[in-house]
Amino acid sequence: MEVVKIEKMCKTYLMGKTHLQALRDVDLAVGQGQYLAIMGPSGSGKSTLLNLLGCLDRPSSGRYFLGGSDVSRMNDTELSQIRGKRIGFIFQSYNLIAQLNVLENIELPMFYQGVSAADSNRRACELADIVGLGDRIKHRPAELSGGQQQRVAIARALANDPVILLADEPTGNLDSASGAEILTILDGLQARNKTLIVVTHDEGIASRAQRTIHLLDGRIDRDCLN
Amino acid sequence: MEESTEIASIKIMNIYALKGTVKLGLKSLWMHRLRSTLTILGVVFGVSSVIAMLAIGAGASKEAQAAIARLGSTNLIIETVKPPEQQELSGETQFVTAYGLTYADAESIRNTLPYVEVTVPVREIPSEARYLTHQVAVKVIGTVPWYTEIAPIHLVAGRFLSSTDEYRELTTCVIDEQLGQRLFGFEDPIGMHVRISESFYRVVGIVSAGSGVAEDKKNSAEDSASRSGVAGNIYIPLSAARSRFSDMVGNFGTSGRSFEKVELHKIIVKVPSNDEVLPTHQVLDTLLKRLHEKQDFRIIVPLELLREAERTTRIFSIVLGSIAAISLLVGGIGIMNIMLATVSERTREIGIRRALGARKTDIITQFLAETLLLTFLGGIIGICLGSFIPFFVTKFANMATVITGASLMLAFGISGIIGLTFGLYPAWHAANMNPIESLRHE
Repeated sequence: MEVVKIEKMCKTYLMGKTHLQALRDVDLAVGQGQYLAIMGPSGSGKSTLLNLLGCLDRPSSGRYFLGGSDVSRMNDTELSQIRGKRIGFIFQSYNLIAQLNVLENIELPMFYQGVSAADSNRRACELADIVGLGDRIKHRPAELSGGQQQRVAIARALANDPVILLADEPTGNLDSASGAEILTILDGLQARNKTLIVVTHDEGIASRAQRTIHLLDGRIDRDCLN
Repeated sequence: MEESTEIASIKIMNIYALKGTVKLGLKSLWMHRLRSTLTILGVVFGVSSVIAMLAIGAGASKEAQAAIARLGSTNLIIETVKPPEQQELSGETQFVTAYGLTYADAESIRNTLPYVEVTVPVREIPSEARYLTHQVAVKVIGTVPWYTEIAPIHLVAGRFLSSTDEYRELTTCVIDEQLGQRLFGFEDPIGMHVRISESFYRVVGIVSAGSGVAEDKKNSAEDSASRSGVAGNIYIPLSAARSRFSDMVGNFGTSGRSFEKVELHKIIVKVPSNDEVLPTHQVLDTLLKRLHEKQDFRIIVPLELLREAERTTRIFSIVLGSIAAISLLVGGIGIMNIMLATVSERTREIGIRRALGARKTDIITQFLAETLLLTFLGGIIGICLGSFIPFFVTKFANMATVITGASLMLAFGISGIIGLTFGLYPAWHAANMNPIESLRHE
């Protein structure tokens, strides 16, 4: 079953007076439980594709079906709902909220979906245990190492049991040991039938994925199964 | 089916969100304690000045109204005034001038205006009262027993003048409480005899301070100055005053000698209700002008004074209120400034929240809640502070102040409106930032 289906997607930016075509007629389909790596040089459209996949932006043309519903025609409020419910983000720089502790950071997506305080607290504790931070739930992000912060971010991404997980250079800011831990956790998620899309420069990470697409000048240049 | 559960979940969310938003707001305000405190100050001073200004305005209004109310709103007070041309003429030679209200005037008012409830003629004679070796300057007020109908008379002991006193020209008197103390010390004045001019008057009653027709302060400044040495009032029957005191009053000034003949100093007319006050004023004016060649009287209408005072204090309140409102406005602008800075500082956080599913309305609610919490907190502190200021004003500036519940509500309401008004733009600005750019923001 296809979780992500993109048809003839284009994205054009207006830079000053010239139109910049970031994506040109991209077609992509990702099945349930697939581990996909997106690679490509700078300016190839990786970030644009990720933003569109994450419903942070709308395509200039083309269609995008996520979990069966057409999100390319949705308004801002509906997109916000979709992001909260069906998408989990993992960022290169973790993007935890500094004022909130580990537990509150994990609870955040559930807060916006109206999960009751008791339920979200229970779920956040479970997730903290899964990523191995059960004993640090009251810590602030600043009191954690980079690897630990990224594990909090993964727990947060899983909070609403999303359809897809989007990771943008998840190990980019980490040393190799911490990076390896994070990749192991991601492997584990894939084993639990989560759909995982990772943008990376790192061939090592891409090699762990089942499938890699290479972008070049806004087009899919190569699409290969590992 | 799925849609309906979605709507339900959104509704539930509002309840949890509200609680969570307030908690979140308090937390982030606590994170920036110094900034929050400084931001609040504008509202604190604004709100407290609104309350203080309104309290001072209300106090002034209450004081003026109370003073005028003592004149009696259904009363019309006709006073004898010295006609201006006579003042000039009396300059050089010995001269007798007769002017002012007369017994005949009182009679014609009674006859012409049958609906008038009471007509009270009053004669005022500056004199001296003696008891044994004590001697004090007093104002002798010759009047009729129904004087009690037009002015508050608070009896401390004994009784007021009676009809018998009046008809039989008895030399009885009613004195002020303070005057009683000055003349008689610790003795009980009732039954004692006071010597005024050449006659002895038996004290039959004592009235407390604040009795009698109040003086219209504004119009009788010179009068009160000349009476500064007067220890108090002595009420005697008008008939006795008429027979025992001459109508003539001699002035022996540097410019020569002159005599003045004045029969009555005041005639107070009481009408049944406020509606009759103004027509009666006109009738009295016409009537007395026909009887008097000279403009030697004036009619004071407490009701008109009351209305005038109300207008004045309303303007006073508006001016004070506007000053306070401007200071609140300045406070509001300060809040907006700080909130805009906060929003731009927290751009990345806003981006994260948007990525995690926060709608624009969630972001608006979050920042609006913070602003409202700030202003309400400022409002509460301002109310506390503002309630203290009038207390000090009363104590040190000797001005009456009144804090009304309405002014507290108004000040609190205004602080809420300020919060909404000046919080809305920063919140709207935060919600409409592009989530992708916000996430990239350093």
